[in-house]
Amino acid sequence: MSIASTQNKGFGAILWDYLTTVDHKKIGNMYIAAGAFFFILGGIEALIIRIQLMAPENDFISAGLYNEMITMHGTTMIFLAATPILVGFMNAIMPLQIGARDVAFPFLNSLGFWLFLFGGIMLNLSWFLGGAPDAGWTAYTPLSTQSPGHGVDFYVMGLQLSGAGTLMGGINFLVTIVTMRAPGMTYMRMPLFTWTTFVASILILFAFPALTVGLFLLMFDRMFGSAFFDVALGGNSVIWQHLFWIFGHPEVYILILPAFGIFSEIFPVFAKKRLFGYSSMVFATFMIAFLGFMVWAHHMFTVGLGPVANAIFAVATMAIAVPTGIKIFNWLATMWGGSIRINSAMLWSLAFIPSFTIGGMTGVMLAASTADFQYHDTYFVVAHFHYVIVGGVVFGILAGLHYWWPKLFGKVLHEGMGKIAFWLFFIGFHLTFFIQHFLGLMGMPRRYWVFLENQGLDTGNLVSTIGAFLMALGSIVFVINVVYTTMKGEKASADPWGTGRTLEWAISSPAPEYNFKQLPLVRGLDPLWIEKMDGNVKMTPAEPLNDIHMPNGSILPLIMTIGFFIASLGFIYQVDSKAWLIVLYAGMAIALGCMLIRSLKDDHGFHIHKEDLEREAD
Amino acid sequence: MSQDHSLNPESFPQDPAKATQEGKHKYIGLWFFLGGETVLFACLFATYLALHQSTAGGPSSQDLFGLELVFIMTILLLTSSLTSVYAIYHMKNNNFKKMQLWFGITALLGIAFLACEIYEFAHYIHEYEFTFRSSAFGSAFYTLVGFHGGHVVFGLSWLIALMVRNAKRGLSLYNAPKYNTFAIYWHFIDVVWVFIFTVVYLMGMVS
Amino acid sequence: MSRWMGKMKALIMLGFVAIVLSACGKENLTALDPKGYGAEQAMDIMILSIIIMVAVFIIVMLVFTIALVKFREKKGQEDYIPKQVEGNHTLEIVWTGIPIILVLVLAVPTVISVFDLADTTDASSSLNVEVTGNQYWWHFNYEGEEIQTSQDLYIPVGEKVYLDIQASDVIHSFWVPTISGKMDANPENVNTMYIEAYEEGVYWGKCAELCGPSHSLMDFKIVAVSPEEFDAWVEDMKNVDPEQTPQNAVATEGQELFEANNCMACHAIGSSPVATGPNLTNYANRTKIAGILEPTTENLVDWLLDPETIKPGNKMTGNYPSLSEEEANSIAEYLMQLDHSDVTPESAGN
Repeated sequence: MSIASTQNKGFGAILWDYLTTVDHKKIGNMYIAAGAFFFILGGIEALIIRIQLMAPENDFISAGLYNEMITMHGTTMIFLAATPILVGFMNAIMPLQIGARDVAFPFLNSLGFWLFLFGGIMLNLSWFLGGAPDAGWTAYTPLSTQSPGHGVDFYVMGLQLSGAGTLMGGINFLVTIVTMRAPGMTYMRMPLFTWTTFVASILILFAFPALTVGLFLLMFDRMFGSAFFDVALGGNSVIWQHLFWIFGHPEVYILILPAFGIFSEIFPVFAKKRLFGYSSMVFATFMIAFLGFMVWAHHMFTVGLGPVANAIFAVATMAIAVPTGIKIFNWLATMWGGSIRINSAMLWSLAFIPSFTIGGMTGVMLAASTADFQYHDTYFVVAHFHYVIVGGVVFGILAGLHYWWPKLFGKVLHEGMGKIAFWLFFIGFHLTFFIQHFLGLMGMPRRYWVFLENQGLDTGNLVSTIGAFLMALGSIVFVINVVYTTMKGEKASADPWGTGRTLEWAISSPAPEYNFKQLPLVRGLDPLWIEKMDGNVKMTPAEPLNDIHMPNGSILPLIMTIGFFIASLGFIYQVDSKAWLIVLYAGMAIALGCMLIRSLKDDHGFHIHKEDLEREAD
Repeated sequence: MSQDHSLNPESFPQDPAKATQEGKHKYIGLWFFLGGETVLFACLFATYLALHQSTAGGPSSQDLFGLELVFIMTILLLTSSLTSVYAIYHMKNNNFKKMQLWFGITALLGIAFLACEIYEFAHYIHEYEFTFRSSAFGSAFYTLVGFHGGHVVFGLSWLIALMVRNAKRGLSLYNAPKYNTFAIYWHFIDVVWVFIFTVVYLMGMVS
Repeated sequence: MSRWMGKMKALIMLGFVAIVLSACGKENLTALDPKGYGAEQAMDIMILSIIIMVAVFIIVMLVFTIALVKFREKKGQEDYIPKQVEGNHTLEIVWTGIPIILVLVLAVPTVISVFDLADTTDASSSLNVEVTGNQYWWHFNYEGEEIQTSQDLYIPVGEKVYLDIQASDVIHSFWVPTISGKMDANPENVNTMYIEAYEEGVYWGKCAELCGPSHSLMDFKIVAVSPEEFDAWVEDMKNVDPEQTPQNAVATEGQELFEANNCMACHAIGSSPVATGPNLTNYANRTKIAGILEPTTENLVDWLLDPETIKPGNKMTGNYPSLSEEEANSIAEYLMQLDHSDVTPESAGN
């Protein structure tokens, strides 16, 4: 089952391999590929938005289509691009970092991926089936309950599917980290990316159910006539906002913490210096996660919750600045006294520091609720969260892609193109979003289809649009880089950077399907670095060479997901005609049938034999 | 790591549910899952509390709820939790027959509970015309209690599938973790019901 | 090459900041030139927070730049292994402690002003206006007076005015940046806030919560006039004669058409509880037509003939008999003669 033999397989066999795989690395790669696809979709939507706002009273697209565009841009970028790409990294890298052979529940892992993918497909199917959701990615009720057509229904079912997938991923990572660390890998020796995976998974576990409930209530109101948000029958539309933000705010940290983890891996490797203040970094991660659950109502300062709630949530929100500050200074201190080598991965990481600092600072400004009465729902907020999400998360993803590309795909991304893409994107990013702070304060609310003439908003919007196109150009260069590298890139060694510190760099690039022939013995933080400093070429094994137990692949997760997908269509259309109930039941029968088969059929996995392992070169 | 999971007195581990790596995964995974479930029910409870007085002129909780039936339901579910404890006790003593017996009793009690709940809902709908669509209170009530009922249905299907599947195969290190995770899940459902009993029914009859 | 790009970027950035700061937006729309109590409070907090943040940013960037310049890998020293520092307790306490202090410096005035802005104790002795957000227009009902207006809210300068804000359909948000921060209009409850304008003028208001296709076209105005003018306006508005005969034949025909087409089912002239559509009292003195068009008869005709193009998704489209151009012209003529007060937006110095 070496790399060479996979290349000899036909296309059909490879496809079947991916459809049935339970290998965490392949699933991770599929997450990243699907996430990248949705990122491009969301990017195109962003460009359409910026073209519409290029000039005052522009009519490039209609008002209704514009609302669909902003809704889909936000939903796609958060749920279908940023989250899955990060989950992809967690999947592909985290088990390698802790010296595990797979995740705890490989079957569930595959199910989670397919649910996410089909959720994304469901959401985007709405474009072709009568119109996309148009109530904003936050889908505030009663606008979302009153939205005509099926757009919002697709939003509900699509997010419900992909949300369930993400939740499974979260539980899976938690159990993996708790039970599958290699001998000697104590909690306080885990790499920071593993730590942030752990904490982000806790956030997923406790935040996503709130969204699940919110979506159920919205679904019941829209499809089954309940009255949660129907004021005439005693409903209350603010409940949705609470549920959404109890999920939505931690979601921001679900995105940013793994990005922090990626930077915490990259800075030490390219500064050739141990991460400064490791324990305080772990502590700060937990602080951010903990506080992240206490601040949801800062999205609701203007709802009229009263001064007590506003004051409490304002102060709690400001408090997050403290652990975030700790992190920024620890990264700076890691570089201080090091020997900094700048390549594409490092460029993205370096650019993150000023960009994210600006985003963090505007975050504290927004937390001051008196001033937030002015910022709220304006382009100031748009600027703020793009500084955090793009300047933090997207920069983190791109840094991580450059850094781990060799480990994921066995080749090193082209440096020159990497740098060109970086500068285009970086300049475009600041051009697009910096000016939006001022647009907001100058009186431009967000989600505006047009801005009127003679309101002093023309120049700023034009600049912003130009910046967006630079970002698009940067993204295109990156895609070209990926294609070029795949065709002609140089093959990567196990440790292509030469200064790798963590376990993933101790095994070949890309990793073999069983990851570690023998589980490594971990002697401290940065285990590979420790061995290098002691003059060892390889990790010391913690066990004799033995048969390796592997899980069986399965097509069931895909079929189960298709069942849920069909059932979702049934849910959406049974409102129009009860005949669709048949589709609903059929879909459910497929899904539950798959569950039953999974439950009744024993699955003991298989073994890779010692003799085969011995035959393979290191 | 041998393929042979059958048990005999010599090889019988202290806790068959956690003796294998997979067993440990299932055990810890279920606890995390229940953490998420807790948030799910917390959100449903919060929604219910926000809306339980929004009757929009329809029947209120004082009009509807009676203690007798709910009390019986509580007893049924609490007892079923207890019988599942006996079942796990017998599992740890490698007594498969008695384990199946007690799990069987657990399933029967669960079915009885479910029957009472269906009767209760039907009663509200026919006698009071109090439905899911009547008011925000109606929506919140049926959603919260219904979600719990749905969990009971899922738990029962799970248990019955397990019992039928393994009836002839006996206890092994492969299926012991499955029984064990079910039992923990069942306790969780029971705890949620205690909260529903208190928050929805008792508080609903007082205020 | 990268350093050159960095400098270039800094220059571009500086240029933008200069341009933006020199013109901080349109007068009476921007939040950066506050002319009311709430906006002023917000501005104070904004300035305080910006000072703190810029100071922090400068420190971060200083350390960042020095580290980057000083500790770059040098040619020929690729094998150099720096000292592996675990951490430094003193430093870590410093960069935990100082942010806590900075946050407190910002938190205290924030909390004070939050409670100050929510203090509604003197509401009973002030002017109270019920504000209702609708798709896609605003309705104002002066409590205790029999006055309703739509789109233009007249208030006296230098006095607290209490607004009881709610929505009739979906959530909207009431925002007049130069006067005050925003407050959501919810369908299930009334939110109270007060505003106080310092100078006479016509202030731009915007809807700040996504409410449908024409969310961006839901503009309104606050017309702040002197207290004497305001009193005069109140007198005029109380004494509106809805049946008043127009000045010319075209307008009279318009009045007849207005009645014949049952426009009153939704639109009131004079004081009325009817608020399905905007109240048209004093229409001649409206600052805008439909909130966004210049107040000319031609624009009003355009609106009457095809409101959907001007405001997609509005509730008027399709709910009245289709009009010929001539009929629309008559109705427009009639409405543009509804001049019920001498106190106009011009009185506010605009």
